[in-house]
Amino acid sequence: MSEHEIELSVNGRRQVVRVPARRLLSDCLRHDLAFTSTHVGCEQGTCGACTVLVDGAPMRSCLLPAVTVDGCEITTAEGCRAPDGGLGRVQRALVRCQGVQCGFCTPGMVVSIVAFLRECPRPSPEQARDAVAGVLCRCTGYQDLVAAVLHAARPDGGASG
Amino acid sequence: MKPAPFDYHRPRSLEEALVTLDRLGTTGTVMAGGQSLVPLMNRREVSPANIVDINFLVELSGITHEDRAVRVGALVRHAELERDAAVRRRNPLLAEAVPHIAHAAIRSRGTTVGSLVHADPTAEMPAVLVALGGSVELRSAAGGRTVPATEFFLGANRCCAAVGELAVAASFPVPPPRTGTAWLEVARQRGGRAVCGVAAVVTLDTGRRVERATATYAGVGATPVLVDLTEVMTGTRFDDLARWRAAADEGGSALAPADDLHASAGYRRHLARVLAERAGRLAAIRATGA
Repeated sequence: MSEHEIELSVNGRRQVVRVPARRLLSDCLRHDLAFTSTHVGCEQGTCGACTVLVDGAPMRSCLLPAVTVDGCEITTAEGCRAPDGGLGRVQRALVRCQGVQCGFCTPGMVVSIVAFLRECPRPSPEQARDAVAGVLCRCTGYQDLVAAVLHAARPDGGASG
Repeated sequence: MKPAPFDYHRPRSLEEALVTLDRLGTTGTVMAGGQSLVPLMNRREVSPANIVDINFLVELSGITHEDRAVRVGALVRHAELERDAAVRRRNPLLAEAVPHIAHAAIRSRGTTVGSLVHADPTAEMPAVLVALGGSVELRSAAGGRTVPATEFFLGANRCCAAVGELAVAASFPVPPPRTGTAWLEVARQRGGRAVCGVAAVVTLDTGRRVERATATYAGVGATPVLVDLTEVMTGTRFDDLARWRAAADEGGSALAPADDLHASAGYRRHLARVLAERAGRLAAIRATGA
Protein backbone atom coordinates (compact mmCIF):
# COMPACT_ATOMS: atom_id res chain seq x y z
CA MET A 1 0.00 0.00 0.00
CA SER A 2 1.55 3.27 -1.11
CA GLU A 3 1.86 6.35 1.14
CA HIS A 4 1.88 9.90 -0.16
CA GLU A 5 2.67 13.35 1.10
CA ILE A 6 -0.07 15.73 0.04
CA GLU A 7 -0.71 19.42 0.47
CA LEU A 8 -4.17 20.81 1.09
CA SER A 9 -5.42 24.26 1.93
CA VAL A 10 -8.13 23.77 4.54
CA ASN A 11 -10.23 26.82 5.36
CA GLY A 12 -7.45 29.02 4.04
CA ARG A 13 -4.57 27.40 5.96
CA ARG A 14 -1.90 25.27 4.28
CA GLN A 15 -1.65 21.69 5.56
CA VAL A 16 0.91 19.07 4.60
CA VAL A 17 0.00 15.55 5.58
CA ARG A 18 1.25 12.05 4.85
CA VAL A 19 -1.55 9.61 4.03
CA PRO A 20 -1.94 6.07 2.81
CA ALA A 21 -3.54 5.93 -0.65
CA ARG A 22 -6.73 4.50 0.80
CA ARG A 23 -7.28 7.44 3.24
CA LEU A 24 -10.59 9.11 2.43
CA LEU A 25 -10.68 12.89 2.54
CA SER A 26 -13.37 12.65 5.24
CA ASP A 27 -11.02 10.68 7.51
CA CYS A 28 -8.05 12.85 6.60
CA LEU A 29 -9.97 15.95 7.68
CA ARG A 30 -11.31 14.38 10.87
CA HIS A 31 -8.45 12.24 12.10
CA ASP A 32 -5.30 13.71 10.56
CA LEU A 33 -6.27 17.38 10.68
CA ALA A 34 -8.98 17.52 13.41
CA PHE A 35 -11.66 19.26 11.35
CA THR A 36 -14.39 17.28 13.06
CA SER A 37 -17.34 19.15 11.58
CA THR A 38 -17.03 16.78 8.63
CA HIS A 39 -19.48 14.08 9.70
CA VAL A 40 -19.26 10.55 8.38
CA GLY A 41 -22.62 8.88 7.94
CA CYS A 42 -23.02 6.27 5.24
CA GLU A 43 -19.53 6.35 3.72
CA GLN A 44 -20.95 5.55 0.30
CA GLY A 45 -21.99 8.96 -0.95
CA THR A 46 -25.66 8.74 -0.11
CA CYS A 47 -26.22 10.79 3.04
CA GLY A 48 -24.21 13.93 2.28
CA ALA A 49 -23.19 14.63 5.90
CA CYS A 50 -19.52 14.65 4.84
CA THR A 51 -20.01 17.19 2.04
CA VAL A 52 -17.19 19.77 1.83
CA LEU A 53 -16.17 22.30 -0.79
CA VAL A 54 -13.26 21.31 -3.02
CA ASP A 55 -12.00 24.34 -4.96
CA GLY A 56 -15.40 25.87 -4.21
CA ALA A 57 -17.54 22.98 -5.48
CA PRO A 58 -19.53 20.74 -3.13
CA MET A 59 -18.26 17.16 -3.03
CA ARG A 60 -18.70 14.08 -0.85
CA SER A 61 -15.45 13.84 1.11
CA CYS A 62 -16.12 10.12 1.73
CA LEU A 63 -15.94 9.53 -2.04
CA LEU A 64 -12.54 11.17 -2.48
CA PRO A 65 -9.30 9.44 -1.58
CA ALA A 66 -7.38 12.39 -0.08
CA VAL A 67 -4.45 11.84 -2.42
CA THR A 68 -6.70 12.53 -5.43
CA VAL A 69 -7.36 16.11 -4.26
CA ASP A 70 -3.70 16.92 -3.59
CA GLY A 71 -3.20 20.66 -4.05
CA CYS A 72 -6.88 21.57 -3.68
CA GLU A 73 -8.58 24.15 -1.48
CA ILE A 74 -10.96 22.54 0.99
CA THR A 75 -13.69 24.36 2.89
CA THR A 76 -15.46 22.62 5.76
CA ALA A 77 -18.36 23.90 7.86
CA GLU A 78 -15.77 25.48 10.18
CA GLY A 79 -14.72 27.58 7.22
CA CYS A 80 -18.25 28.89 6.62
CA ARG A 81 -18.09 31.25 9.60
CA ALA A 82 -18.41 35.00 9.24
CA PRO A 83 -15.13 36.93 8.87
CA ASP A 84 -15.42 38.05 12.51
CA GLY A 85 -15.48 34.43 13.67
CA GLY A 86 -19.19 34.37 14.47
CA LEU A 87 -21.82 32.31 12.68
CA GLY A 88 -21.94 32.76 8.92
CA ARG A 89 -25.00 33.83 6.99
CA VAL A 90 -26.16 30.27 6.27
CA GLN A 91 -25.43 29.11 9.81
CA ARG A 92 -27.44 32.03 11.26
CA ALA A 93 -30.35 31.23 8.94
CA LEU A 94 -30.32 27.59 10.06
CA VAL A 95 -30.50 28.67 13.71
CA ARG A 96 -33.13 31.31 13.02
CA CYS A 97 -35.42 28.93 11.07
CA GLN A 98 -34.82 25.99 13.41
CA GLY A 99 -33.20 24.06 10.58
CA VAL A 100 -31.09 22.14 13.10
CA GLN A 101 -32.48 19.25 15.08
CA CYS A 102 -30.01 16.50 16.03
CA GLY A 103 -27.29 18.33 14.11
CA PHE A 104 -25.69 15.35 12.40
CA CYS A 105 -26.47 16.44 8.84
CA THR A 106 -25.90 20.13 9.63
CA PRO A 107 -22.28 20.52 8.42
CA GLY A 108 -23.17 18.91 5.10
CA MET A 109 -26.21 21.18 4.85
CA VAL A 110 -24.14 24.29 5.63
CA VAL A 111 -21.53 23.75 2.94
CA SER A 112 -24.12 22.54 0.40
CA ILE A 113 -26.27 25.63 0.94
CA VAL A 114 -23.25 27.97 0.85
CA ALA A 115 -22.20 26.49 -2.51
CA PHE A 116 -25.76 26.55 -3.83
CA LEU A 117 -26.35 30.23 -2.98
CA ARG A 118 -23.15 31.22 -4.79
CA GLU A 119 -24.54 29.66 -7.99
CA CYS A 120 -28.13 30.67 -7.36
CA PRO A 121 -28.32 33.74 -5.08
CA ARG A 122 -32.08 34.30 -5.46
CA PRO A 123 -33.61 30.81 -5.45
CA SER A 124 -37.25 29.89 -5.88
CA PRO A 125 -38.76 27.63 -3.18
CA GLU A 126 -38.45 24.76 -5.67
CA GLN A 127 -34.75 25.46 -6.21
CA ALA A 128 -34.24 25.78 -2.44
CA ARG A 129 -35.85 22.37 -2.01
CA ASP A 130 -33.53 20.88 -4.62
CA ALA A 131 -30.52 22.46 -2.86
CA VAL A 132 -31.06 20.43 0.31
CA ALA A 133 -32.27 17.23 -1.40
CA GLY A 134 -28.71 15.94 -1.67
CA VAL A 135 -28.21 15.78 2.10
CA LEU A 136 -30.31 13.40 4.18
CA CYS A 137 -31.94 14.79 7.32
CA ARG A 138 -33.59 11.94 9.21
CA CYS A 139 -35.14 14.30 11.75
CA THR A 140 -37.47 15.15 8.81
CA GLY A 141 -36.72 18.83 9.18
CA TYR A 142 -36.89 19.74 5.51
CA GLN A 143 -39.57 22.43 5.77
CA ASP A 144 -37.32 24.37 8.14
CA LEU A 145 -34.25 23.68 6.00
CA VAL A 146 -35.96 25.06 2.90
CA ALA A 147 -37.03 28.09 4.94
CA ALA A 148 -33.41 28.54 6.05
CA VAL A 149 -32.15 28.49 2.44
CA LEU A 150 -34.68 31.16 1.48
CA HIS A 151 -33.90 33.18 4.62
CA ALA A 152 -30.16 33.14 3.94
CA ALA A 153 -30.89 34.33 0.39
CA ARG A 154 -32.71 37.45 1.54
CA PRO A 155 -31.02 40.65 0.40
CA ASP A 156 -30.19 41.61 4.00
CA GLY A 157 -28.51 38.23 4.43
CA GLY A 158 -30.98 37.23 7.09
CA ALA A 159 -29.41 39.83 9.36
CA SER A 160 -32.75 41.03 10.63
CA GLY A 161 -35.47 38.70 11.86
CA MET B 1 -16.49 1.20 5.38
CA LYS B 2 -13.09 2.17 4.02
CA PRO B 3 -11.54 0.98 0.77
CA ALA B 4 -9.14 -1.95 0.97
CA PRO B 5 -5.47 -0.95 0.67
CA PHE B 6 -4.24 -0.16 -2.82
CA ASP B 7 -1.25 1.35 -4.58
CA TYR B 8 -1.76 4.75 -6.13
CA HIS B 9 -0.34 5.94 -9.45
CA ARG B 10 -0.47 9.50 -10.71
CA PRO B 11 0.64 9.73 -14.33
CA ARG B 12 1.64 13.21 -15.52
CA SER B 13 0.77 12.70 -19.17
CA LEU B 14 -1.65 10.64 -21.23
CA GLU B 15 1.26 8.65 -22.65
CA GLU B 16 2.49 7.84 -19.14
CA ALA B 17 -1.05 6.82 -18.13
CA LEU B 18 -1.34 4.43 -21.06
CA VAL B 19 2.07 2.89 -20.36
CA THR B 20 1.13 2.50 -16.68
CA LEU B 21 -2.18 0.83 -17.55
CA ASP B 22 -0.40 -1.45 -20.00
CA ARG B 23 2.17 -2.46 -17.36
CA LEU B 24 -0.46 -3.05 -14.63
CA GLY B 25 -2.72 -5.09 -16.91
CA THR B 26 -5.70 -6.59 -15.08
CA THR B 27 -4.48 -5.23 -11.73
CA GLY B 28 -4.89 -1.59 -12.81
CA THR B 29 -8.12 0.39 -12.41
CA VAL B 30 -8.66 3.91 -13.75
CA MET B 31 -10.08 6.52 -11.40
CA ALA B 32 -11.54 9.73 -12.79
CA GLY B 33 -14.27 11.30 -10.62
CA GLY B 34 -14.65 8.09 -8.66
CA GLN B 35 -18.30 8.77 -7.88
CA SER B 36 -19.30 5.26 -8.97
CA LEU B 37 -15.99 3.54 -8.22
CA VAL B 38 -15.33 4.76 -4.66
CA PRO B 39 -18.75 3.65 -3.29
CA LEU B 40 -17.98 0.18 -4.70
CA MET B 41 -14.52 0.28 -3.08
CA ASN B 42 -15.90 1.51 0.26
CA ARG B 43 -18.41 -1.33 0.27
CA ARG B 44 -15.59 -3.72 -0.73
CA GLU B 45 -17.55 -4.81 -3.76
CA VAL B 46 -14.34 -4.12 -5.65
CA SER B 47 -10.79 -4.00 -4.26
CA PRO B 48 -8.44 -2.83 -7.01
CA ALA B 49 -4.77 -3.47 -6.31
CA ASN B 50 -3.71 -0.37 -8.26
CA ILE B 51 -5.52 2.89 -8.86
CA VAL B 52 -4.40 4.99 -11.82
CA ASP B 53 -5.58 8.54 -11.12
CA ILE B 54 -6.24 10.51 -14.32
CA ASN B 55 -7.44 13.66 -12.50
CA PHE B 56 -4.16 15.47 -13.13
CA LEU B 57 -4.13 14.94 -16.92
CA VAL B 58 -5.13 18.38 -18.18
CA GLU B 59 -5.08 17.11 -21.77
CA LEU B 60 -8.25 15.12 -20.98
CA SER B 61 -10.20 18.15 -19.79
CA GLY B 62 -12.49 20.41 -21.77
CA ILE B 63 -15.64 20.47 -23.84
CA THR B 64 -14.93 20.98 -27.55
CA HIS B 65 -17.65 22.31 -29.81
CA GLU B 66 -16.96 20.60 -33.12
CA ASP B 67 -18.99 21.15 -36.30
CA ARG B 68 -21.36 18.29 -35.76
CA ALA B 69 -20.77 17.13 -32.19
CA VAL B 70 -20.02 18.12 -28.65
CA ARG B 71 -16.80 16.35 -27.72
CA VAL B 72 -16.47 15.73 -24.00
CA GLY B 73 -13.02 14.99 -22.59
CA ALA B 74 -12.58 12.28 -19.97
CA LEU B 75 -12.10 14.82 -17.18
CA VAL B 76 -15.20 16.91 -17.88
CA ARG B 77 -17.42 16.83 -14.81
CA HIS B 78 -21.19 16.61 -15.23
CA ALA B 79 -21.43 20.07 -13.62
CA GLU B 80 -19.32 21.59 -16.41
CA LEU B 81 -21.79 20.34 -19.03
CA GLU B 82 -24.63 21.64 -16.88
CA ARG B 83 -23.16 25.16 -16.85
CA ASP B 84 -22.12 25.30 -20.53
CA ALA B 85 -24.50 27.60 -22.40
CA ALA B 86 -23.31 26.31 -25.78
CA VAL B 87 -24.17 22.75 -24.76
CA ARG B 88 -27.71 23.88 -23.91
CA ARG B 89 -28.02 25.54 -27.29
CA ARG B 90 -26.34 22.92 -29.48
CA ASN B 91 -27.21 19.72 -27.69
CA PRO B 92 -30.37 20.26 -25.63
CA LEU B 93 -30.88 16.54 -24.97
CA LEU B 94 -27.54 16.30 -23.22
CA ALA B 95 -28.27 19.50 -21.27
CA GLU B 96 -31.74 18.31 -20.28
CA ALA B 97 -30.53 14.94 -18.98
CA VAL B 98 -27.50 16.06 -16.97
CA PRO B 99 -29.39 17.66 -14.02
CA HIS B 100 -31.09 14.29 -13.44
CA ILE B 101 -27.73 12.72 -12.55
CA ALA B 102 -27.65 12.29 -8.75
CA HIS B 103 -27.10 15.50 -6.74
CA ALA B 104 -24.97 18.62 -7.20
CA ALA B 105 -22.19 17.23 -4.98
CA ILE B 106 -21.89 14.15 -7.21
CA ARG B 107 -22.13 16.13 -10.47
CA SER B 108 -19.30 18.44 -9.45
CA ARG B 109 -16.87 15.51 -9.23
CA GLY B 110 -18.31 12.72 -11.37
CA THR B 111 -17.27 12.70 -15.02
CA THR B 112 -19.55 12.15 -18.00
CA VAL B 113 -17.14 9.78 -19.71
CA GLY B 114 -16.70 7.88 -16.43
CA SER B 115 -20.46 7.43 -16.27
CA LEU B 116 -20.37 5.93 -19.77
CA VAL B 117 -17.61 3.49 -18.83
CA HIS B 118 -19.42 2.51 -15.63
CA ALA B 119 -22.38 1.60 -17.89
CA ASP B 120 -25.08 1.62 -15.24
CA PRO B 121 -28.21 0.51 -17.10
CA THR B 122 -30.33 3.10 -15.25
CA ALA B 123 -27.93 5.99 -15.94
CA GLU B 124 -28.74 8.99 -18.12
CA MET B 125 -25.53 9.50 -20.11
CA PRO B 126 -25.37 6.04 -21.72
CA ALA B 127 -28.97 6.39 -22.95
CA VAL B 128 -28.30 9.90 -24.28
CA LEU B 129 -25.16 8.73 -26.11
CA VAL B 130 -27.12 5.88 -27.72
CA ALA B 131 -30.08 8.14 -28.57
CA LEU B 132 -27.81 10.62 -30.38
CA GLY B 133 -25.74 7.96 -32.13
CA GLY B 134 -22.58 9.09 -30.37
CA SER B 135 -19.28 7.34 -29.83
CA VAL B 136 -16.47 6.84 -27.33
CA GLU B 137 -12.75 7.25 -28.08
CA LEU B 138 -10.55 4.59 -26.50
CA ARG B 139 -6.76 4.79 -26.31
CA SER B 140 -4.16 2.27 -25.26
CA ALA B 141 -0.40 1.96 -25.44
CA ALA B 142 -0.95 0.08 -28.72
CA GLY B 143 -3.14 2.72 -30.39
CA GLY B 144 -6.70 3.93 -30.43
CA ARG B 145 -10.18 3.21 -31.69
CA THR B 146 -13.55 4.94 -31.77
CA VAL B 147 -16.51 2.79 -30.76
CA PRO B 148 -20.10 3.68 -31.70
CA ALA B 149 -22.51 3.88 -28.75
CA THR B 150 -24.53 0.91 -29.99
CA GLU B 151 -21.43 -1.30 -29.69
CA PHE B 152 -19.96 0.29 -26.56
CA PHE B 153 -22.37 -1.08 -23.95
CA LEU B 154 -22.14 -4.85 -23.52
CA GLY B 155 -24.30 -5.43 -20.44
CA ALA B 156 -25.14 -4.13 -16.99
CA ASN B 157 -22.03 -2.24 -15.79
CA ARG B 158 -20.06 -3.65 -18.70
CA CYS B 159 -18.60 -1.70 -21.61
CA CYS B 160 -16.22 -2.77 -24.35
CA ALA B 161 -13.10 -1.00 -22.99
CA ALA B 162 -10.45 -3.72 -22.77
CA VAL B 163 -7.65 -4.12 -20.23
CA GLY B 164 -5.14 -1.32 -20.81
CA GLU B 165 -7.64 0.87 -22.66
CA LEU B 166 -8.59 4.33 -21.43
CA ALA B 167 -11.72 6.19 -22.56
CA VAL B 168 -10.32 9.62 -23.42
CA ALA B 169 -13.43 11.34 -24.78
CA ALA B 170 -17.02 10.88 -25.89
CA SER B 171 -18.70 12.51 -28.83
CA PHE B 172 -22.35 13.58 -28.56
CA PRO B 173 -23.59 14.46 -32.07
CA VAL B 174 -25.56 17.68 -32.51
CA PRO B 175 -29.06 16.81 -33.75
CA PRO B 176 -29.73 17.64 -37.44
CA PRO B 177 -32.03 20.51 -38.50
CA ARG B 178 -35.78 20.21 -37.74
CA THR B 179 -34.99 17.78 -34.95
CA GLY B 180 -36.41 17.99 -31.46
CA THR B 181 -35.29 16.01 -28.43
CA ALA B 182 -36.62 15.33 -24.95
CA TRP B 183 -35.46 13.52 -21.83
CA LEU B 184 -38.04 12.41 -19.27
CA GLU B 185 -37.49 10.13 -16.31
CA VAL B 186 -39.16 8.87 -13.17
CA ALA B 187 -37.07 8.17 -10.06
CA ARG B 188 -38.25 7.29 -6.60
CA GLN B 189 -36.75 10.48 -5.18
CA ARG B 190 -34.99 13.57 -6.48
CA GLY B 191 -31.51 12.57 -7.56
CA GLY B 192 -32.28 8.87 -7.20
CA ARG B 193 -31.54 6.40 -9.95
CA ALA B 194 -34.09 6.26 -12.74
CA VAL B 195 -36.77 3.59 -12.54
CA CYS B 196 -37.23 4.42 -16.21
CA GLY B 197 -35.90 7.20 -18.42
CA VAL B 198 -36.65 7.93 -22.06
CA ALA B 199 -34.81 10.01 -24.66
CA ALA B 200 -36.90 10.88 -27.71
CA VAL B 201 -35.33 12.19 -30.91
CA VAL B 202 -37.76 13.34 -33.61
CA THR B 203 -36.97 14.82 -37.02
CA LEU B 204 -39.74 16.50 -39.04
CA ASP B 205 -39.90 17.17 -42.77
CA THR B 206 -40.51 20.67 -44.08
CA GLY B 207 -44.27 20.01 -43.88
CA ARG B 208 -44.03 19.28 -40.14
CA ARG B 209 -44.60 15.58 -40.65
CA VAL B 210 -42.47 13.02 -38.90
CA GLU B 211 -39.51 11.88 -40.96
CA ARG B 212 -37.65 9.94 -38.27
CA ALA B 213 -38.41 9.11 -34.62
CA THR B 214 -36.59 7.05 -32.00
CA ALA B 215 -37.05 6.35 -28.32
CA THR B 216 -34.11 5.24 -26.19
CA TYR B 217 -34.89 3.74 -22.82
CA ALA B 218 -32.84 3.57 -19.60
CA GLY B 219 -33.71 1.24 -16.73
CA VAL B 220 -35.57 -1.38 -18.73
CA GLY B 221 -32.68 -3.59 -19.86
CA ALA B 222 -29.04 -4.39 -19.23
CA THR B 223 -28.01 -1.63 -21.64
CA PRO B 224 -29.81 1.40 -23.12
CA VAL B 225 -32.46 0.15 -25.56
CA LEU B 226 -33.03 2.11 -28.77
CA VAL B 227 -36.34 1.51 -30.52
CA ASP B 228 -36.87 2.98 -33.98
CA LEU B 229 -40.41 4.38 -34.21
CA THR B 230 -39.97 5.75 -37.72
CA GLU B 231 -42.11 3.10 -39.37
CA VAL B 232 -45.08 3.80 -37.08
CA MET B 233 -44.71 7.57 -37.16
CA THR B 234 -43.49 8.40 -40.64
CA GLY B 235 -45.66 10.89 -42.50
CA THR B 236 -47.69 11.63 -39.37
CA ARG B 237 -48.32 15.23 -38.41
CA PHE B 238 -46.11 16.24 -35.47
CA ASP B 239 -49.14 16.86 -33.23
CA ASP B 240 -51.08 13.68 -33.97
CA LEU B 241 -51.47 12.71 -30.31
CA ALA B 242 -53.18 9.37 -30.92
CA ARG B 243 -50.37 8.31 -33.21
CA TRP B 244 -47.73 9.02 -30.55
CA ARG B 245 -49.67 6.77 -28.18
CA ALA B 246 -49.64 3.98 -30.75
CA ALA B 247 -45.91 4.47 -31.30
CA ALA B 248 -45.21 4.36 -27.56
CA ASP B 249 -47.21 1.14 -27.28
CA GLU B 250 -45.23 -0.33 -30.14
CA GLY B 251 -41.95 0.81 -28.58
CA GLY B 252 -42.93 -0.61 -25.19
CA SER B 253 -43.79 -4.00 -26.66
CA ALA B 254 -40.14 -4.38 -27.70
CA LEU B 255 -38.94 -4.08 -24.08
CA ALA B 256 -38.41 -6.80 -21.49
CA PRO B 257 -37.79 -5.04 -18.17
CA ALA B 258 -37.02 -7.03 -15.02
CA ASP B 259 -38.54 -6.98 -11.54
CA ASP B 260 -36.31 -5.63 -8.81
CA LEU B 261 -36.41 -3.95 -5.43
CA HIS B 262 -37.35 -0.60 -6.93
CA ALA B 263 -40.13 -1.51 -9.33
CA SER B 264 -41.97 -4.42 -10.88
CA ALA B 265 -41.46 -5.26 -14.53
CA GLY B 266 -45.08 -4.27 -15.16
CA TYR B 267 -44.63 -0.82 -13.62
CA ARG B 268 -41.45 -0.28 -15.62
CA ARG B 269 -43.23 -1.22 -18.84
CA HIS B 270 -46.04 1.18 -17.93
CA LEU B 271 -43.55 3.99 -17.31
CA ALA B 272 -41.69 3.21 -20.53
CA ARG B 273 -44.91 3.57 -22.50
CA VAL B 274 -46.14 6.74 -20.78
CA LEU B 275 -42.75 8.46 -20.84
CA ALA B 276 -42.11 7.56 -24.49
CA GLU B 277 -45.49 8.99 -25.48
CA ARG B 278 -44.86 12.25 -23.60
CA ALA B 279 -41.22 12.52 -24.70
CA GLY B 280 -42.14 11.83 -28.33
CA ARG B 281 -44.80 14.54 -28.38
CA LEU B 282 -42.54 17.00 -26.59
CA ALA B 283 -39.64 16.32 -28.96
CA ALA B 284 -41.98 16.73 -31.96
CA ILE B 285 -43.26 20.08 -30.69
CA ARG B 286 -39.70 21.24 -30.06
CA ALA B 287 -38.74 20.09 -33.57
CA THR B 288 -41.11 22.65 -35.07
CA GLY B 289 -38.88 25.39 -33.67
CA ALA B 290 -35.55 23.71 -34.38
